[in-house]
Amino acid sequence: MKNRTAKGYIINTVVIAAVLIGFSVLKGSLGGSQTFKLILVPSLWQCCYLIILAASLNLVLGFLGQLSLGHCGFMAIGAYAAALISLACERAGVFADKSSPAFFLVLIGCILAAGILAALVGLLVGIPALRLKGDYLAIITLGFGMIIVNIINNLPFAGQEGLSMGSASASLYKNGLGFGTASKVTFVWVAIIVTLVCLVMMFMFIRSKYGRAIRAIREDEIAASASGINTSYYKIFTFTYSAFFAGVAGALYACANATLSTSSFAFTNGGILNSTFIVVMVVLGGMGSLTGSIISAIIMFILNYQIKNGLWVKSLTGFLGGMFAYPMLVYAIILIVVIMFRPMGIFGTYEFSLLNISRDIKNYRAKKALQKAGKKEADANE
Amino acid sequence: MSTFIQTLIVGLRLGSIYALVALGYTMVYGIIRLINFAHGDFLMVGGYTMIFTIPVTLALGLPAWSSVVFAILICAVVGVSTELVAYRPIRKRGTSMTALITAIAVSLLLENLAQAIPAIGPNPVVASQFFSTGGFSVSGVTMEWTTVYTIVISAVVMVVLYQFTQKTKLGRAMRCVSEDKEASILMGINVNNTIVLTFAIGSGLSAVAALMYLAQYPKVYTTMGALLGLKAFVAAVLGGIGVIPGAMLGGLIIGLVESFTTSYVSSSMADTFVFLILIVVLILKPAGILGKNVGEKV
Repeated sequence: MKNRTAKGYIINTVVIAAVLIGFSVLKGSLGGSQTFKLILVPSLWQCCYLIILAASLNLVLGFLGQLSLGHCGFMAIGAYAAALISLACERAGVFADKSSPAFFLVLIGCILAAGILAALVGLLVGIPALRLKGDYLAIITLGFGMIIVNIINNLPFAGQEGLSMGSASASLYKNGLGFGTASKVTFVWVAIIVTLVCLVMMFMFIRSKYGRAIRAIREDEIAASASGINTSYYKIFTFTYSAFFAGVAGALYACANATLSTSSFAFTNGGILNSTFIVVMVVLGGMGSLTGSIISAIIMFILNYQIKNGLWVKSLTGFLGGMFAYPMLVYAIILIVVIMFRPMGIFGTYEFSLLNISRDIKNYRAKKALQKAGKKEADANE
Repeated sequence: MSTFIQTLIVGLRLGSIYALVALGYTMVYGIIRLINFAHGDFLMVGGYTMIFTIPVTLALGLPAWSSVVFAILICAVVGVSTELVAYRPIRKRGTSMTALITAIAVSLLLENLAQAIPAIGPNPVVASQFFSTGGFSVSGVTMEWTTVYTIVISAVVMVVLYQFTQKTKLGRAMRCVSEDKEASILMGINVNNTIVLTFAIGSGLSAVAALMYLAQYPKVYTTMGALLGLKAFVAAVLGGIGVIPGAMLGGLIIGLVESFTTSYVSSSMADTFVFLILIVVLILKPAGILGKNVGEKV
């Protein structure tokens, strides 16, 4: 078994390295083209934070089995923390422009600090909130999410007043964290590597004893606590851990966007960055499958991109056109259809693993064959 | 002193609206244990129905507010069809969490569907006057007639509904189903019909609340019910979910808190205080003020 684990690590490292090298070759050959700069790279940034968001909510919603509707609150904390810290560093003269090595350190520091701050707030929220469960937990996390956004909105140095003391929030980003096109291309590495590190941390978490414990809690909390699992400790830990990644995603969001506005993190807004959208991603991918969250984050990103920019959408008229003018309508329909007809989502609880491909294919074939045989038998009986 | 009394009156008026919406939440939650997130959006449906039917009532020579009858009917139809199309199939198969996610999805669907319909459109519509304006003033405190109507109507609705659930056969059936579904089947109660009736009454009440709301803020827009619905839910939890007098009490408390924070602290912090109350209540006494603590069955 030990051998197998080691083999898995080696295979995964090799494949990740291969993908990164492939990407750098791609970047080298396409680097100058406008499509790469203006479409591919911003898309990658957006995908990265959506993937982290979906996967981190899946820890709570899928593996712990508790519905949290305040995930965007933690993301907002991360985004504002990162933006403010980078601004403070810039004002203090730690870095002059984005090409200096000091800026790179500040960037990494910002991302880490955003995660840690979000985790701290997650801990503070989680201790009282996780005493409740089910509907009450959903509504209390929703309340906390709204309070967080509301407080940020009323802070004198953030929110309505703008990050740079009075003036519009956009001006912060001349030298701070917000990236223009050129720096997005330069720092796309950071986004990809941060995402990979986060995903590895989450995968390791769900395969550890913590992951087994929280899955036991999801299946039956009373039985789990009777088996000696400290349920409240594990619940609060998972919630905090998940908030950490939401904060990291927020920091990436702050990097990828030229402006920050609290209204985009509110529960009831038409944009995609609300807590419900994250729930849609998790449910679509499968509650309890990180692979599913990654895939569905990419699917939802492409869908959203198509709805916003696709030519086929613009050619629609009348009611259909109106429908696509409000992407949340499409997502709501997706959510209802998935819940009604395939409640386990695309992947259910299946996890993709390079080590297990051959085994998974064999299992899948066996299952199909079994179904076929069963069908034949049913036909014969008729 | 006059500011204080004025704030009190505003709070009572706001609270009456919250109480009416909270009633719908409380009844539905009491009977199927589901937070009907779409309930706030029924209020929006009621608002738009009134906007569209006011010309009809005026043509018939009736006062503008009588369009609430159409609104009640349409809201009841929307509420019942939500139950039949979305909630019932999910309830049969899914867990309580999938049901909750469905409720959120239905809420989003209603809001955004309304936006996509060209006749309704994304822009707010200004409603006309429902009640005659004017009022009276006692020693510096003005009291509008609409305020009086709002408070009186919601109090009357509350009393009638309470009597309905206590005294009539259908009302008793509703209480019975919310207490124990299996046992009520054994007693010969048609559970599904009772749930449908609950949805119809709850949604109809949100149309009445829409009338009150529009009398105060004459503007209809597609997301008008979202935040209002959430606050009404807070009111229902505060009073004790599933308890009808609790919804009234919770609604009034939330309304007063909101109006006092708005006039004495800051208008932008009002929502924060409302949700803080929710959190404090959920932590200290999850059953609410008037609710009874029910131990969890193992």
